[in-house]
Amino acid sequence: MNIHEYQGKQLLSKFNVPVPKSQVAFSVDEAHEASKDFITDDGGICVVKAQIHAGGRGKAGGVKLAKTRDEVSEIARELLGKVLVTHQTGAEGKEIKKVLIEEGCDIDREFYISLVVDRASDTVAIMASTEGGMEIEEVAEKTPEKILREYIDPATGVVPFQGRKIAFALGLDKPQIGKCVKFIDSLYKAFVASDCAMLEINPLVLTKGGDLIALDAKVAFDDNAMFRHKDLQELRDLDEEDPKEVEASRYDLNYVSLDGSIGCMVNGAGLAMATMDIIQLYGASPANFLDVGGGATKEQVVAAFKILSSDTRVKAILVNIFGGIMRCDIIAEGIIAAATEVGMKVPLVVRLQGTNADEGRKLLADSGLDIVTAEQMDEAAEKAVAAIA
Amino acid sequence: MSILINKDTKVICQGITGEQGTFHTRQMVAYGTNMVGGVTPGKGGTDVDGIPVFNTAKEAVDATGADATVIYVPAAFAADAIMEAVDAGIELVICITEGIPVLDMVKVKKFMLGKSARLVGPNCPGVITPDACKIGIMPGHIHKAGHVGVVSRSGTLTYEAVDQLTRLGIGQSTCVGIGGDPINGTNFIDVLTLFEADPDTKAVIMIGEIGGTAEEEAAEYIKQNFSKPVVGYIAGVAAPKGKRMGHAGAIIAGGKGTAAEKMKAMEDAGIKVTNTPADIGKAMAELLESAG
Repeated sequence: MNIHEYQGKQLLSKFNVPVPKSQVAFSVDEAHEASKDFITDDGGICVVKAQIHAGGRGKAGGVKLAKTRDEVSEIARELLGKVLVTHQTGAEGKEIKKVLIEEGCDIDREFYISLVVDRASDTVAIMASTEGGMEIEEVAEKTPEKILREYIDPATGVVPFQGRKIAFALGLDKPQIGKCVKFIDSLYKAFVASDCAMLEINPLVLTKGGDLIALDAKVAFDDNAMFRHKDLQELRDLDEEDPKEVEASRYDLNYVSLDGSIGCMVNGAGLAMATMDIIQLYGASPANFLDVGGGATKEQVVAAFKILSSDTRVKAILVNIFGGIMRCDIIAEGIIAAATEVGMKVPLVVRLQGTNADEGRKLLADSGLDIVTAEQMDEAAEKAVAAIA
Repeated sequence: MSILINKDTKVICQGITGEQGTFHTRQMVAYGTNMVGGVTPGKGGTDVDGIPVFNTAKEAVDATGADATVIYVPAAFAADAIMEAVDAGIELVICITEGIPVLDMVKVKKFMLGKSARLVGPNCPGVITPDACKIGIMPGHIHKAGHVGVVSRSGTLTYEAVDQLTRLGIGQSTCVGIGGDPINGTNFIDVLTLFEADPDTKAVIMIGEIGGTAEEEAAEYIKQNFSKPVVGYIAGVAAPKGKRMGHAGAIIAGGKGTAAEKMKAMEDAGIKVTNTPADIGKAMAELLESAG
């Protein structure tokens, strides 16, 4: 689960990570009001930042500087409601529904810090680099020597020497070493206490006044751990998610929207990916990834069917079930119920294999519905692709 | 012969009185698995179909001499159950549970350092040695005893491959599901090392998927140390970057972990890589034929 920058900064400040003063605004009036703390008759400066769940906002024109409160209003008016296209949003972009009004700061230097769960070392890794503001993938590609990695033992947490190593690697001066050690320690505590999957500060800035501040915050949580964080669940912003993915999550279905024309419904994540691949191999594209799980109920099958049927890009549906403990005749009953309830708007190809597959196929054949059946995966993919030709 | 488990393996089930635990314990008993006990805190002294239930894993081990455990406890308590089993001295810990918080697994891995126990999973279908011992949730009847080892990150996709093999008359020595989580216990290389040493395994099917670099590392191991023929398949060619494909570990992050990279590494290691999941069995049949 991802959250907005402003939510990430609120979370970090609870763990004593220094962040700039800021206020989120949902309207031009709110933006104007929020800027009064940062711009006065004596001067001051504000940054207006589009709040969407995607990086690359700055380059796409979603982050702007204002020197007067009227300028803040002007920029907020321009940004709110605008569809911002960054290299991470895809061509369709994302509508800006809120902006962050933030106090400007005098930047001396910019750095990069992130924490991830590192699958190679089975622990939390901190990555730090002097190349603040750049994409870390690009730094890793071109100048890997500029990235320092520290691996944290879960029993000790960050040991001060690790913070010092990072501080010296970033080229910080003596007065900032202690601040950096504290900063890193606070970040790690926030990461662990909130069950983060990823926490990225890019840039981390050293101000001309000598302070270290998290100027941006990108936070993603481990979905598996959200059951123990009711408070963090409330930070979910459904506006930022694909409506079909939101609907699927209500039924505990693993669904990812793609841009092809064959809708798929499969049991098991690996088989679901393999089904997408075989559709592609036969010359068409999958409209989605959908794993109904090992113990799918009739309600889930109906919900999945509705989601696929409501997708106007879907020109055919391919159901691929390998019955294990879950019997194919039970799945067939679910498919018949769903097709009857939802109606069949596009060709439906069903491949059943495994436990009670023959009984399942017989049920489908006797249902009176126009269902194309298949025994093997390649046959099913071929028939689904032929159906849209 | 086989790897990890055989007909003599004495198995307990942690979470035996739960719905999943009871159901699958019965399935395992029906397959012929030697289920000697179960663990549910607070239900010690009771039984499930005559299988004694204990309060702690230690009590279960002391009373039954169990050498393997299968864990069906809910995700919130699964890491605790794994560590309890390791502490009780059980050598083989198979965790079926899906959805364990990744930071819990970080603690588990740290806890297991320096201890001899082996963890398989979590988020996996388990391990089966056909006609001898089934520990997990896989449908037993699609398997056939034989000489092909199977190792995979996926559940149903493994069943798919096994079913293809069995239909072609090719039996399996042992099938190991290592699970779809980013941090897990036994990895590809661990299983391959066991298959290499097992005289009864003549060839191996390795099924990977997008995310991480476990397949690349396994390919390098195979290139250097593995003498038996291998058929490989990678799921997720059509998967977009940055999106999690069902399994917590199936994500192309920062452009790394793509199917193309993995397939290339496997081909470079001399693995026969199939690009369609429908041909995994056929590819193995051809490989066995050419090997004589």
